[in-house]
Amino acid sequence: MAKKQESTTVDATKIDARIPEGPLAEKWSNYKAHQKLVNPSNKRRLDVIVVGTGLAGASAAASLAELGFNVLNFCIQDSPRRAHSIAAQGGINAAKNYQNDGDSVYRLFYDTIKGGDYRAREANVYRLAEVSNGIIDQCVAQGVPFAREYGGLLDNRSFGGAQVSRTFYAKGQTGQQLLLGAYSALSRQVGKGAVKLYSRYEMLDVVVIDGRARGIIARNLVSGKIERFFAHAVVIGTGGYGNTFFLSTNAMGSNGSAAVQIYKKGAYFANPAYAQIHPTCIPVHGESQSKLTLMSESLRNDGRIWVPKKKEDAEAIRAGKKKATDLSEDERDYYLERRYPAFGNLVPRDVASRAAKERCDAGFGVGNTGLAVYLDFSTSINRLGENTIRERYGNLFQMYEKIVDENPYNTPMMIYPAIHYTMGGIWVDYELQTSIKGLFCIGEANFSDHGANRLGASALMQGLADGYFVLPYTIQNYLADQIQVPRLSTDLPEFSEAEKAIHTKIEKIMKIQGDKSVDSIHRELGLIMWDFVGMGRNKAGLETALEKIKAVRHEFWTKVYVPGVNADMNVELEKALRLADFIEIGELMARDALMREESCGGHFREEYQTPEGEALRNDEEFSFASCWKFTGEGNEPELLKEALDYEFIHRQQRNYKA
Amino acid sequence: MEKNINVTLKIWRQAGPKVKGEFEIYKLDNVSTDSSFLEMLDMLNEKLIHARKEPIAFDHDCREGICGMCSLYINGHPHGLDGETTTCQLHMRRFHDGQTITIEPWRSAAFPVIKDLMVDRGAYDKIIQAGGYVSVNTGGIPDGNAIPISKLAADEAMDAASCIGCGACAAACKNGSAMLFVAAKVSQLALLPQGKIEAAARAKAMVAKMDELGFGNCTNTQACEAECPKGISISHIARLNREFLSAKFKD
Repeated sequence: MAKKQESTTVDATKIDARIPEGPLAEKWSNYKAHQKLVNPSNKRRLDVIVVGTGLAGASAAASLAELGFNVLNFCIQDSPRRAHSIAAQGGINAAKNYQNDGDSVYRLFYDTIKGGDYRAREANVYRLAEVSNGIIDQCVAQGVPFAREYGGLLDNRSFGGAQVSRTFYAKGQTGQQLLLGAYSALSRQVGKGAVKLYSRYEMLDVVVIDGRARGIIARNLVSGKIERFFAHAVVIGTGGYGNTFFLSTNAMGSNGSAAVQIYKKGAYFANPAYAQIHPTCIPVHGESQSKLTLMSESLRNDGRIWVPKKKEDAEAIRAGKKKATDLSEDERDYYLERRYPAFGNLVPRDVASRAAKERCDAGFGVGNTGLAVYLDFSTSINRLGENTIRERYGNLFQMYEKIVDENPYNTPMMIYPAIHYTMGGIWVDYELQTSIKGLFCIGEANFSDHGANRLGASALMQGLADGYFVLPYTIQNYLADQIQVPRLSTDLPEFSEAEKAIHTKIEKIMKIQGDKSVDSIHRELGLIMWDFVGMGRNKAGLETALEKIKAVRHEFWTKVYVPGVNADMNVELEKALRLADFIEIGELMARDALMREESCGGHFREEYQTPEGEALRNDEEFSFASCWKFTGEGNEPELLKEALDYEFIHRQQRNYKA
Repeated sequence: MEKNINVTLKIWRQAGPKVKGEFEIYKLDNVSTDSSFLEMLDMLNEKLIHARKEPIAFDHDCREGICGMCSLYINGHPHGLDGETTTCQLHMRRFHDGQTITIEPWRSAAFPVIKDLMVDRGAYDKIIQAGGYVSVNTGGIPDGNAIPISKLAADEAMDAASCIGCGACAAACKNGSAMLFVAAKVSQLALLPQGKIEAAARAKAMVAKMDELGFGNCTNTQACEAECPKGISISHIARLNREFLSAKFKD
């Protein structure tokens, strides 16, 4: 059944994103007009596995089932509604131009490319901006209670990196409401029997037969049983790998294991070094800390960020001898307003994070650890009154008070940057297909649309764009060639071998019986990542990181202790399997960061900066997506490059000073 | 300010759904009052692992009060004594040195224990699958501003939609009723023109599924509202009853 004009082949020796011909604004329409489709009676005979039930996974599973495909949907949580998309706060961007403030598809496209520091693929980003409006319509139709004006129309707010108000929101819980919308669409299909749901199941490998993804191996997390599942195509929507850092704003279960599994089967891992460090998170309190909590970017609209001007004051505050409110106006350094007069406290996330680190490293940090800066609302409270501030941010202030036990209306919040989102991920072509045929990757798990830095309120947009409006089209172009393929038996040797390899790996881990808990090793990895592969990176540090990660890998495989047995619920085993993969990702991140001898977006190499300390890109040598190809255990991965040719946008140095 | 306390933990242990469970007592020293309740359990598990004992299984994920995965009956209250707080948002500064803390799983016929403190809340998913949605497919829909919706209705729908599906309402109810959970979804969608069309049928289908799954009846004790970590009002139950009755009259 191999056809001559195999539109879905990705040549393994050369990176070709297979972008449709034609002017930017017509590419997606042209693609849709000419792609292959599957007729309704054939759809029923085709099975699709979707792994993950976040915004991307749930919207894809629901949409594919509505079309008539037979869908198997997997999640590690007890319910698809728990996926970590639920925690997104601020909003979702769309180019509706409801505010008549000059927005357009082109402007959203342009802002996203610029925000990503010119390291994203033009055609994908344009398509994202194009389908953004349909997402809002879809969510409204599902009953998502977006914020509205008194006249009954949809309200918008502003976010960083844009000059228009294009962000739709549902209180500070936009991710929750959008996910519950997708979850309701998914539930409707589950009720109809079109989606078979597997909750508390974790994918442990993809099964590849004759070069095509044909199923997965998954572990039933309740019984410990390893099971086999066939499908004509497999879709990965398992989110990002921020938890490589141990402490992050991700949920405890968020992991990068599906990405590592498919990477080891031949899917390229692209731009692993591009990770977003969010400037406004609640600082680390102590050694028992398990995760970090984000405070929405919207707070920077009314909060002013500062540290003491004098080191003595910072020291006194750290020792508990002085309080923030003891310092007068001229004893405070509003360093963002000082360094970036034009954008002030609203500079993009990467810039704000680095500036906080610079002050703390120089000895001006506050809090008992010295790793915190103030976010102060007193100016706004004096100007607008406490009630206005409560209306705007009440739920966030309450959340802060619950964690820190300080009232932010009276005393400034303390914040510090933390890992939040990963722009890097599995490489996909224009059709969201990986370098393995029949294997697709959507949402944060893929690398595609945010370049080297993601703008606020764009993650929700991309996840839903992929799941509702892109994948349901592009996957058909692949499946149209698969209608003759019967449902294959899971007794085939490829399935048995994949399952056997998993059993071997699990047995190996269970047999170590060392004296280190999984979490204690994960903390060590996290510290290495934060110190050497975090906000400021340099050659020597990254080389050190590679050495240290090697040592952590050795420690894991010789000293980890996993209690219990495999054939039962075993949370420590789940964590151990994920940690083994985080170690691989950590190494890839350091390797990619070392290779990329430039600074761009969230990737800051200290050797490459302007005299004022800003990121310095090198378009001559590094205008490419780095695609890492697995070459076997213990071997160095091979670097392949997808050239990023800017046909429609002129690249510039980002400037937030004037 | 931060200090360290010592606590005694009385925790429900149960190896599996069909096995008899029992309380076990653990001592835990030097718990920072800045730690969250779940970080305290992490500490205990770390200690158990070092002693080569099996750690305690409990559900948790986002640890910021939104995913609804964490549960736990703490000293007789779902999510502990603090109002409008999930277990993951509860902090150890709410406890005092030397205190005994009793930790149990949700106790509800419709939420069987899987292991230790972990329960199966699949019944809530099944109720949503029975009708907790608007019947629209992807694409082919009108513009988001085609139908204006009053801000009042949108805000009230949002309050109902804040439900995180954690199960505290059914766990708190002496009848094991899921009425607040069902009402929150029925009410959210009935308040919006997009959901109004199917409102009566939705109420009927979801209530029927709730009864079928072994949840009890609502007798207006209001325990659900008092214990809901998101402060969802029982006024939504009144709206559910209206929709349900109107469906029954049509029959």
